[in-house]
Amino acid sequence: MLFWQILIDGFAISSLYALGAMGFALIFGVSGVLNLSHGALMVAAVVAAWAAGNDLHAGPYAGAAIGLAVGFGATLLTYFVIVRPLQQTRKIREEEKEIFILTATLLWGIMIQELIAYLYTNNAKTVAPIVEGVVRIVGVRTPSNEIFTAVVCWLAIGVLWLLVNRTRAGKAVLAASMNPRGVTLLGIELSQVYIAVWAIYGVLVGIAGVLLGMFLGVSSYSVGPLTASAFSIVVLGGLGSVSGALIAAYVVGYLETITAYLISPAYRTIPALLLLVAVMYVRPRGLLGRR
Amino acid sequence: MGSYSTARILLIALGVVVAVSFLPLWVSGYILGLLTIAYYFGVFAMAWDLLFGFAGEVNFGPTFLIGTGAYTAGILDNLYQPPIWVCVAAGALAAVAGGVVLALPALRVRGPYFGLTTLVAVLMLQNFVVVDASLTGGEIGLTVPDVITVSDAKNYEIALWFMAVSGAILFSLSRSPVGLILQASGQDAVQAGALGFNVTKHKLTAFIISAFFSGLAGALLVFYFGSASVGTLVDITVGVQIIIAAVLGGRRTILGGALGAIFLIAMSEALRPIGDLANFVVFAMALVVVLLFPSGFFGLLTRTKEPG
Repeated sequence: MLFWQILIDGFAISSLYALGAMGFALIFGVSGVLNLSHGALMVAAVVAAWAAGNDLHAGPYAGAAIGLAVGFGATLLTYFVIVRPLQQTRKIREEEKEIFILTATLLWGIMIQELIAYLYTNNAKTVAPIVEGVVRIVGVRTPSNEIFTAVVCWLAIGVLWLLVNRTRAGKAVLAASMNPRGVTLLGIELSQVYIAVWAIYGVLVGIAGVLLGMFLGVSSYSVGPLTASAFSIVVLGGLGSVSGALIAAYVVGYLETITAYLISPAYRTIPALLLLVAVMYVRPRGLLGRR
Repeated sequence: MGSYSTARILLIALGVVVAVSFLPLWVSGYILGLLTIAYYFGVFAMAWDLLFGFAGEVNFGPTFLIGTGAYTAGILDNLYQPPIWVCVAAGALAAVAGGVVLALPALRVRGPYFGLTTLVAVLMLQNFVVVDASLTGGEIGLTVPDVITVSDAKNYEIALWFMAVSGAILFSLSRSPVGLILQASGQDAVQAGALGFNVTKHKLTAFIISAFFSGLAGALLVFYFGSASVGTLVDITVGVQIIIAAVLGGRRTILGGALGAIFLIAMSEALRPIGDLANFVVFAMALVVVLLFPSGFFGLLTRTKEPG
């Protein structure tokens, strides 16, 4: 019974983690940017969906659409206001740009967090789920929302896979992650590829955010932990490897669920952190990393 | 800044420090209290700049070192009540030990990987403090039975001269041949190694020095507050404020960190009337500085051109 419960709960949480980390991994793989405002963008999507339902009395579908739109908009704003100017400036040396992008996105994330706390307080917010009710799977009472979350996550991941591996634009993205200069030489505009990748990232942030809001709920305090969990999943899987991130999301998701059920919810994040430290010492490039 | 000699800059700084050491004669205890905290934060920021600006290590976890020093000192005082200086020394030593542990992966992995390790170190410390509540006071915080002194003016002078001495040591170090080697190792470790410098040894030294001053300042801060808590000493947002202070003041200047810390505390105080939005404005200003003036206050002040 407990075994099945852990298996089902862990699967839903892991799928959500995978979707959340996927965009983060994609951005790093293609443009080498670690976006430390990741968690803030997701929380912005959740709060938008919540506010739409609460203040504007929008239905669950309209609320989800608004959350998605805000997540998408905030992500593109991050790219055009923060990341792109830093990538193109001549005031900072090339080898220091990485550090500046880290610092700037970190500041940007905290600004979003402070603004949300100011406008909508620090209270936890849960978005009204699109599907309600409970179903029994092998004797375990499972909220339909949990199944819905897992299904949507896997659909989104599947579409992303098709997009990257089966379309021309997607192949350009893949090529840019392997050799940016080679792509430029083939006559593909690299900045167009970056904009496309950030747009995909924005959609992923929106979907993952809204699902997170329906499943677990967030508060403005979730910003740091959300970024940290995406960061650790991506490092565990290997920076730049999307399939590595997928595997790592399941490892972390199940490790947390098992700890929460068998030991205590208070210790939930500790084993995953220990595993991460061990991986950093033994195999710094992660499970499937290539750099 | 290159046109001024180290001795001349230190002399100017000494003049400024002596001048502000007379502040207790004029200003209220409240402002002295704010400045005392700003000075300790200045030491945090300067110690961080030595690692980041010179050794090129992105340390997102300055609060791991600070927290280790602070909690070691606080717990020791709580359990055995030795003289305060013993607690402070133990805190600094514990932070150095923590710095060595933190440096081990840094010597193996680079850039973002190391950044993450430091972030994880902070989360682990935070988890330890919260879970091991009987020893550390958990989320409520640890109250220590002793403080250095209750006088605002004395605390102010201690913090000021502590910052001045730490700043002078860190600054001279950064201007010495060791600082140059660190800078070279940070920018191109392979080439620095090829020139015959022991990169590992120098980076480890930088870690130990940075950890020593962070832990010392953290331990002293505990005996100023009379308490230690996750929210004031360990939380990632505290670390972010230290990073902002150092970047605002100007990277690779050391002294800029102190300037940035004072500015940050003064700003949040000046913006208090607008309430909860104050933090937002401070962070937005920091972001503008990072985007438009990447060399910080010190860079603007002395008009050093970043080589492009």
